[in-house]
Amino acid sequence: MLIKVPKTSAAKENQITDESVYHRRRDIIKSMGFVGASSLLSSTSAQASFFGNDDKPFKTQALDYAPDAKQVSTKLTPEEKIITHNNFYEFGTGKSDPVENAQQFKVNPWLLSVEGLAENPFSLDYDDLFKQFPLEERIYRLRCVEAWSMVVPWIGFSLAALIKKAKPLSSAKYVAFETLYDPKQMPGQKNRFAGGGIDYPYVEGLRIDEAVHPLTLLSVGLYGKTLPPQNGAPIRLVVPWKYGFKSIKSITRIRLTDKRPPTSWNRLAPNEYGFYANVNPSVDHPRWSQASERRISGASLFSRNRIDTQMFNGYEEVAPLYDGMNLRKNF
Amino acid sequence: MPNTFALKLKPNHLFWVKLIIHVAALAPLCLTFYQAFTDNLGGDPVTALLHFTGLGAFKLLLLSLLVTPLARVLKQGLLIRVRRLIGLYSFTYAFAHFASYILFDLQLDWSLLLSEIIKRPYITVGLIAWLILLALTLTSTKKAQRYLGKKWQSLHNWVYLAVMLVSVHFLWSVKSAILEPLIYMLITLLLLLYRRDKLKRIFKKRLNNTQKIQK
Repeated sequence: MLIKVPKTSAAKENQITDESVYHRRRDIIKSMGFVGASSLLSSTSAQASFFGNDDKPFKTQALDYAPDAKQVSTKLTPEEKIITHNNFYEFGTGKSDPVENAQQFKVNPWLLSVEGLAENPFSLDYDDLFKQFPLEERIYRLRCVEAWSMVVPWIGFSLAALIKKAKPLSSAKYVAFETLYDPKQMPGQKNRFAGGGIDYPYVEGLRIDEAVHPLTLLSVGLYGKTLPPQNGAPIRLVVPWKYGFKSIKSITRIRLTDKRPPTSWNRLAPNEYGFYANVNPSVDHPRWSQASERRISGASLFSRNRIDTQMFNGYEEVAPLYDGMNLRKNF
Repeated sequence: MPNTFALKLKPNHLFWVKLIIHVAALAPLCLTFYQAFTDNLGGDPVTALLHFTGLGAFKLLLLSLLVTPLARVLKQGLLIRVRRLIGLYSFTYAFAHFASYILFDLQLDWSLLLSEIIKRPYITVGLIAWLILLALTLTSTKKAQRYLGKKWQSLHNWVYLAVMLVSVHFLWSVKSAILEPLIYMLITLLLLLYRRDKLKRIFKKRLNNTQKIQK
């Protein structure tokens, strides 16, 4: 078996310029000129705002982190796709609603409290999110329950590290998560129809052995920078072997508990979304097939990007967590 | 003395009305496909295309069903002459919808297409509606109308079933945001309610026919 050990000098996945971007380099520079010129205009002319959305885009910051050591052979989904195609019903149910409605979202100050059945409950403020635990890059596949997928270079730390710090009691069997509840900032929480009928705040949960699995990540960034709001700023969960809706965004509360916590999509449609929601090509969604998926890659419409869905989204190492369980019943 | 209500539609106005319909239907369709091909249609152009063409077909179908009531209320008999054009554009969008689904979403995975049609009620319902619209499109010419005689009208009454099925297809296809499909369903029901007498007649006739057969 050939084991490739990359030189430390070798370019990492996210350092390679996407080919389509490379070919468009002149257009990009040109458009930067337009952006520059238009920003000059808008500073002198108040009417400029009349013609479009003049909301300033959310500012992300560069992060210090250890790059993903594994050489990933699959191509990353372009950053532009990752930050414009989102399911975040707090900001609207359309795929482009979050990027349009979330740019004014305030992430600093932030408070994430870790509580419940633990010896050492604690909370993290905004700066703590980036400083309490060493940050590392993890390139993960993200498989949405709607049968599309992406490859995302996340930055974050293991949920296990955070749980360890809280010193869970032996009675803690589950971990419950909660998204920020702030209808003033989140239009979907204000109006039942704008939010797709979900009872807010959005809640999710994991069994504690799933939560402390080394793959389970709390992400604070992607593509080298802090998360944009539409992707769950300032901190979100990433569970790569489960459907995307398990990876709850903009978390304010993590609670250790002895009972299985309610989860938002399961509450809304228990026959369609289970508590486990492990990626499983042989268990279809009642209304569509989960056997294959479309990988969003930024390639042409005619590129054959429909690929077979893998059990546990290809993360076979989590299989022992479910030994002896009927995964058709526990979907 | 010239008529003060000079807004009566005349045959020479029809050209302009039809031109507006051509442009209003074709321009967004071409633009959206252009944006999709150049990857300027959001994160996932395939989903965006499916939603645009599907909703476009539905809107045009509803519009075609609005022509008759509108012509009556406004007393513009000539308006009926644009109904076929709008109906044909509805199928054009429906064709683009199904083609995008097969080409860009399923990517010519025929076995997946077959299993989806069999297993997923919302796809089954959508396909039936599509086949009805196809039949109406193929028989939309004057020649077909003459050839089919009385049968032509009973064939084209199937549009009422088609629009109901499209409405159900839309409602079943969404994950949870059901307000929009419910509004469309309401509009559909209102347009069918307007034709309640005609629909009653159709049902009665069918009922009588089946009873005759049973006897």
